[in-house]
Amino acid sequence: MCGTCGCADEESKTIVLEQQVLAKNDGLADANRNWLQTRGIAMINLMSSPGSGKTSLLARTAREFDAAPLAAVEGDQETGLDAARLRDSGCPVVQINTGTGCHLDATMLADGLRALRPPHHSVLFVENVGNLVCPALFDLGEQARVVLASVTEGADKPLKYPHMFRAADLVLLNKIDLLPHVDFDVAGFIDAASMANPGVRVQRLSVTTGEGITEWYDWLGEQAHA
Amino acid sequence: MHELGITQSIVDAVLDAVEEPTIKCVHLEVGRLSGVVPDAIRFCFELVADGTRLASARLDITEPAGRGECRSCGLEIDMEDLITRCACGSVDIAVLAGQELRIKTVEVG
Ligand SMILES: Nc1nc2c(ncn2[C@@H]2O[C@H](COP(=O)(O)OP(=O)(O)OP(=O)(O)O)[C@@H](O)[C@H]2O)c(=O)[nH]1
Ligand SMILES: [Zn+2]
Ligand SMILES: [Zn+2]
Ligand SMILES: [Zn+2]
Repeated sequence: MCGTCGCADEESKTIVLEQQVLAKNDGLADANRNWLQTRGIAMINLMSSPGSGKTSLLARTAREFDAAPLAAVEGDQETGLDAARLRDSGCPVVQINTGTGCHLDATMLADGLRALRPPHHSVLFVENVGNLVCPALFDLGEQARVVLASVTEGADKPLKYPHMFRAADLVLLNKIDLLPHVDFDVAGFIDAASMANPGVRVQRLSVTTGEGITEWYDWLGEQAHA
Repeated sequence: MHELGITQSIVDAVLDAVEEPTIKCVHLEVGRLSGVVPDAIRFCFELVADGTRLASARLDITEPAGRGECRSCGLEIDMEDLITRCACGSVDIAVLAGQELRIKTVEVG
């Protein structure tokens, strides 16, 4: 009997589910994780606001990183532009158009893996849809989550999107080459990130100039051999 | 709006788990720290449930409050927000409650 909302009457019956809303997604994410682990593939879920520099980072990484083969899954709401940019830099890519959806889920990712067939012992990037809200809720089966922010956004981003920053294994602060031109409080950003996620590693980066890129490759190398 | 995807997951999960032709009510728990807005789920629900066995179902949502335990001093505190400062000054809080996103029961008949 339903005691809370008065919906029940004599003919009705209560079925107890006690089930996580995202149970199905989480199950599929675990299956992805197992599939990847048996092949030694390190999957990195890259998340950010639109335009923080995800595709730029991946394109540069594809040109320079040589400690492991790379592949990528591009989640885009409409176009295949990001995928084309990455392919140009020599990285095998599949594009998943999410249509109106604002995030990738574990089912889409399983389809992407089937189409991409990433090589054993590779690093597989997932460029999630540019949005700091819902990608945080959907496990894809990744080994690590990287949240990218840039100095052209507000330094209070971690406080506005605590779920996303809390879920991060690494926070990258991109476009630091622009710091002389913008009013961005780096220390305040790092404080905010560590409020959302105590102890999280925050790395400064400029994909354009290459400042901080070596630290990124070091981190990536650790992931590849984890 | 990610609540559309969440609501789709709710509708799919109920349809998978329940065989009865008419579903009258779905009871959900959406914690205050879950990052999901109950009103947005209500809004999406009609849209997503339309044309399914859930089309005339009511949605009943309870919203468990946030609770946490300070990892520095062990104090248990209320959490209004995912980022909360303990009286001892620490922000390193383990969430005990408030992140629920769960289908509790379904009323059929
Ligand atoms: N100054 C500067 N510009 C950058 C840097 N990294 C990326 N950009 C520029 O920022 C813009 C957006 O970069 P993208 O790589 O497309 O960003 P994205 O996160 O992939 O964007 P979406 O896929 O649309 O979410 C481009 O014009 C880049 O050239 C950087 O380190 N410094
Ligand atoms: Zn991109
Ligand atoms: Zn979404
Ligand atoms: Zn404390």
